[in-house]
Amino acid sequence: MRYSALALLRHALTGNRSWTPAWRDPAPKPAYDTIIVGGGGHGLATAHYLAKLHGITDVAVLEKGYLGSGNVGRNTTIIRSNYLLPGNTPFYEHSMKLWEGLEQDINYNAMVSQRGVLNLCHSDSQRDAYARRGNAMRLAGVDAELLDAAQVRAMVPGLNMDSVRFPVKGGLLQRRGGTVRHDAVAWGYARAADSRGVDLLQNTEVTGIRVQSGRVVGVETTRGFIGAKRVGLAVAGNTSRVAAMAGLRLPIESHVLQAFVSEAVKPMIDTVVTYGAGHLYVSQSDKGGLVFGGDIDGYNSYAQRGNLPVVHDVMECAVQLFPAMSRLRYLRQWGGIMDMSMDGSPIIDRTPIEGLFLNCGWCYGGFKATPASGWCFAHTIATGQPHALNAAFRLDRFATGAVIDEKGAGAQANLH
Amino acid sequence: MRIPCPLCGERDAAEFSTIGSAPPPRPAADAPTEAWHEYLHLRENPAGMHAELWQHIHGCRQWLRVMRDTRTHAVASAEACRP
Repeated sequence: MRYSALALLRHALTGNRSWTPAWRDPAPKPAYDTIIVGGGGHGLATAHYLAKLHGITDVAVLEKGYLGSGNVGRNTTIIRSNYLLPGNTPFYEHSMKLWEGLEQDINYNAMVSQRGVLNLCHSDSQRDAYARRGNAMRLAGVDAELLDAAQVRAMVPGLNMDSVRFPVKGGLLQRRGGTVRHDAVAWGYARAADSRGVDLLQNTEVTGIRVQSGRVVGVETTRGFIGAKRVGLAVAGNTSRVAAMAGLRLPIESHVLQAFVSEAVKPMIDTVVTYGAGHLYVSQSDKGGLVFGGDIDGYNSYAQRGNLPVVHDVMECAVQLFPAMSRLRYLRQWGGIMDMSMDGSPIIDRTPIEGLFLNCGWCYGGFKATPASGWCFAHTIATGQPHALNAAFRLDRFATGAVIDEKGAGAQANLH
Repeated sequence: MRIPCPLCGERDAAEFSTIGSAPPPRPAADAPTEAWHEYLHLRENPAGMHAELWQHIHGCRQWLRVMRDTRTHAVASAEACRP
């Protein structure tokens, strides 16, 4: 089924009785050419691009819960490509370009809103660092503008510009950045992949990975064994657990990241603002709620919920930056499990096991990367070789020293 | 989350800071590169009981070895690294 204004009208006039499910609920086949483990944004995008760009449609996506029940529905929906290092910038810019054409590609309203992402700076040295980052972005063909304090004041009313401790000195603006309706990304990719023949198997948890003489032959699941020539893992916070089924030990720790939504208010912030003196990113949803988040909690966790110290810290940052937020009540808060890598950058690569591919290490930047992650993972699985865009995201870069450490924090996962 | 500090009693997690997993023994200075790679980068990352190091920075400043369940955040034990 294709969605259109006409279809909407026709269904409205007939009492919305004839809508059909957006994707099938097939029984697992005994074997597939390719199995993607993980029915989140990255896994579904991978399936879509495998089918669309590489003609591989004998694919199953295995999801232990329901589609999009993990981090793709637990993030703060921000997209941007404001990266500094050469290994990262072209990849994230490719992702931004895919976001720009996504809705036409999958015929699904993902509410891609390029409302801009503004990183505030609060000192001269931070402004210098942002100028450098902006220049690096522009050299790589990404849009970036350095704003002075007056421009920031005009763009974002309500900011605490003249705080004595952390005055706002300016900001680095990427106008093409913004937000996307995160659940719609999962649903849109799911529907697009399903329409090309990909089997989406929900409530199918992988319990083992069968390897014979160094080659993957399939996966054990709660619905029985399913054979496959190639298996791709895109399981975010559960990466270490699933990879351990194939005997792999990875440079990954799982950490909890919390996000928050306030009660709905009238239009207040029409862009995405990030605080440079603490860690806070805030935007306003179309319903009016302020959507914001900050740091990970800092300890290993699989619990999908966080603790009060970080809640406290995020609220303090929010109120410091937007004093008006002190009058808001917050509606809800939740946690997602991040696959934190040892240099803060992702891994999209082959593994030492033939036919087993790995997509992980997204830290807390996975959502913006969804289209390019799926695109590059599909390329890597289909051709057996990484694409130039993900050539730096190697699994062995920690052993060889070719790490991509945007923050320069070293091998400590809770600092990235 | 609360951590039972052996010196200060059960205290709120806000008083503590963590450096993460309690690391395995440090390799010798002349150990092969793979041993250092494994020590520095690779993690067990268990879903379940996890040994980790916390410092009671807003208390006695002792480093503690804490056993904590990563699925529930329940702390099973905390003992001083240097008795």
